[in-house]
Amino acid sequence: MTRRRVVVTGMGWITPLGHDLEGTWQRVIKGESGIAPTTIFDGGTFPTQFAAEVKGFEASDFLGGDYEAHKDVSRQAGFALAAARLAWKHAGLGKAASLDKSRVGIYLGGGEGPMDFDNFTAAAVEGWNYAEDDLDTKRWADVAYERLRKIVEAEQDPNMAAAHMATMFGVEGPNFNTLTACAASTQAIGEATNIIRRGDADAMISGGCHSMIHPFGVTGFNRLTALSTRNDTCVTASRPFDRTRDGFVLGEGAGMLILEELQHARSRGAEIHAEIRGYGSTADAFRITDIHEDGRGGIAAMRTAIEDAGVKLEDIGYISAHGTGTQENDKIETKAIKGVFGDRAKNVAISSVKSMMGHLIAAAGACELITCILAIRDGVLPPTMNYENPDTACDLDYIPNQARKTAVTTCLSNSFGFGGQNDTLVVSAFND
Amino acid sequence: MTDVRRVVVTGMGVVSPLGTGVSDTFDALVEKRCGIDRIKSFDASHFTSQIAGEIEGYNVKDCVPKGYRKAIKVMARDIELAVIAAYHAVRDAGLRTKCLVDRSEVEGGVDVDSTRFGANIGAGLICADLNELAGALATSAEHPDATGNRGFSLEKWGSDGMTNLTPLWLLKFLPNMLACHVTIVHDCQAPSNTSTCGEASSHLAIGEAFRTISRGAADLCICGGAESKTNPMGLMRQSLLGRLSTDCNDRPAEACRPFDAARTGTVVSEGAGLLILEERERARARGAEIYAEVVGFGAGANASNWLKPQSDGRAVALATSKALADAGVSGDDVDLVNAAGVGTREHDASEAAGIRAALGDRCREVPVIATKGAIGNNGAGSGAIDLAMTIMAMKRGVLPPSINTREVDPDCGLNVVRGDPIDSRADVAVSVATALSGGQSGAIVIRRASE
Repeated sequence: MTRRRVVVTGMGWITPLGHDLEGTWQRVIKGESGIAPTTIFDGGTFPTQFAAEVKGFEASDFLGGDYEAHKDVSRQAGFALAAARLAWKHAGLGKAASLDKSRVGIYLGGGEGPMDFDNFTAAAVEGWNYAEDDLDTKRWADVAYERLRKIVEAEQDPNMAAAHMATMFGVEGPNFNTLTACAASTQAIGEATNIIRRGDADAMISGGCHSMIHPFGVTGFNRLTALSTRNDTCVTASRPFDRTRDGFVLGEGAGMLILEELQHARSRGAEIHAEIRGYGSTADAFRITDIHEDGRGGIAAMRTAIEDAGVKLEDIGYISAHGTGTQENDKIETKAIKGVFGDRAKNVAISSVKSMMGHLIAAAGACELITCILAIRDGVLPPTMNYENPDTACDLDYIPNQARKTAVTTCLSNSFGFGGQNDTLVVSAFND
Repeated sequence: MTDVRRVVVTGMGVVSPLGTGVSDTFDALVEKRCGIDRIKSFDASHFTSQIAGEIEGYNVKDCVPKGYRKAIKVMARDIELAVIAAYHAVRDAGLRTKCLVDRSEVEGGVDVDSTRFGANIGAGLICADLNELAGALATSAEHPDATGNRGFSLEKWGSDGMTNLTPLWLLKFLPNMLACHVTIVHDCQAPSNTSTCGEASSHLAIGEAFRTISRGAADLCICGGAESKTNPMGLMRQSLLGRLSTDCNDRPAEACRPFDAARTGTVVSEGAGLLILEERERARARGAEIYAEVVGFGAGANASNWLKPQSDGRAVALATSKALADAGVSGDDVDLVNAAGVGTREHDASEAAGIRAALGDRCREVPVIATKGAIGNNGAGSGAIDLAMTIMAMKRGVLPPSINTREVDPDCGLNVVRGDPIDSRADVAVSVATALSGGQSGAIVIRRASE
């Protein structure tokens, strides 16, 4: 039984290191940092006062004549539309007049839009009855009706980025959004691959978008003590696999890929950048806060993806690690890689681009998959920056501090989400 | 392709304003009871719509192992409802999951291979618990000014106000926490996913679970959705979007009128529906009761606007046509339709147009069931409850009426079951759902289990 093959024909991203495919990739290879003091809001008293922000972004620069219709989108949906437009162009789909748009779909790992912070907090404070220490829902409703705005509320729904994209490109095929925390866009790409394989669509725009660099986002992660608090040395604060790592650095952005069934891509003469070979998704089913200590779910996701890809362990030349820079993730991910690769684990090059871009949450996996594809194309593996102090619990080859010239044909990309959601993709150079 | 794995429904768990358990909710629908009432959980008198389908008096503790009870404090209401529905679904399916074994409810050990048991649960944008969040935010208010107004100080919030929130606060509101808690409680380690597409979430989740089992990545999957919109923020958002009935605050049972000529809007609700999908041979081998077979799935998108439904219902039409083709049936084969019918003017008209386009002339005769008049619209959980009710109607041979549909809007042109329940045998049914915001649409075709 031959199954339909799924190839990548276009890529686009909006990241803390840049908005263009090649320039951003060059900054990744050079090991530049996208991390700086937070400017989106005044978080001067927050435990964490820095982030990897997308800089100088104007959706209008990317959307041209479509901007006006979509100008009210949330920050993250703006990233999504821009990245998707870049990917669409990269794939040469602007010229594909004969596209059957009922056979083109969207599968995103899109985050929720930020809450309307100033108006929300105003209503909360004004609606609070200090004497009774309780919310006065009558007063709250009065203020909320006055201050909250229909469009801002509507745009917070996590499926809105995918909905805007459907309209912008006029694509009517299967339209999904998954929000499995930090694993979302890896999951989306895996699911989109399966949708094409089974024949429910011929092409999918897939990836993710997210921005949690807002007061409630930082509050949530600070309360979980998941974020680095190196406010004085923030540029080098993201330190995956380094012994002194103290948490992840919040990033934002979007990564989008055009996935196509092989014959569909060929028949329109598209350039093929890579093939999505395998996908694995599992649940730890362990605890809401902790990863299973043996990396049970991560091991199962990697094994499933490798089996789905039909590749051998020795074929995998590079692992784009989830590598968040939290004590727990990096230790257990290392253990899980050893669990899958055994003696070979020491010979596989591994890195985390989160050391430079920060953690793009729902958008992370898509951007990391794009780095895998570019690494295969150029024979250059991105480094793990800020790796200075070896940790006995993390004793593999993390490509420390300097990109490495190595020809690879197959890469594995991991994304693990809060709540024990594990997703892995295997991508290869396209080969007949 | 040979050796297609067939997928059947072997268990259903429903929590709705009409009751807990799939039979209770279905019986209430047949008895024409209404779960919509004036809002009791908070003072809604300053909202334009003051009615909802609320669920009262449930107990999550009875649905998790004793050792898991402490986790309940980090469950938003949406998560609690999912956990309750999951418990009822696995019991209904006669499975011995980790939860039921830990609770000593079943004899013998776990009879499910965890690595072949997946989850795909639809979730909404989980609303902040305003009592909790506003209470914490209030500690960071400025001193009242001359008019008594207080501003909010981000400076105070960052330095210490935020510590009034529990450390795990964020985890209450991540949409994938529904699946996370359910997979922990029942030990489901196979493919797991969370669909977040408004009212279409359940259908997309169930459709994907169907595909996951078909392609062999799992043998069992717990799937569906859950959401609660019966809180100040959830109600406010729907109110601002202009979707709610506001003329029936004194007659809540008459407020939501799917496809009725005089419909004026929908009503917020809360609830969960989770189904156990199982590979057919596995179900047969263990002698499970088979409710129905899932035979088709289709999805489509509104490519004309992200907030406004299409007048021709094209997204619904596309999803439905694809689902029917996937099932290998034509519109003429369909004996029963389950429509979302939320009760707003434009969404119902759009959905009906889509169904008509997909089913053609068959639409004049085929009975359509709609449940929102009795249970309201909870968002992500509505579709799974609807599908469960459709399966019950098929199994019992009784079609429940849409309680407030008196005169079907000629613009809708569907044969909506109304008045009294109808005895009718259905072999093939299609259930559709569409996201009010976003327009994502899904359709599922089910077939009576062969006897």
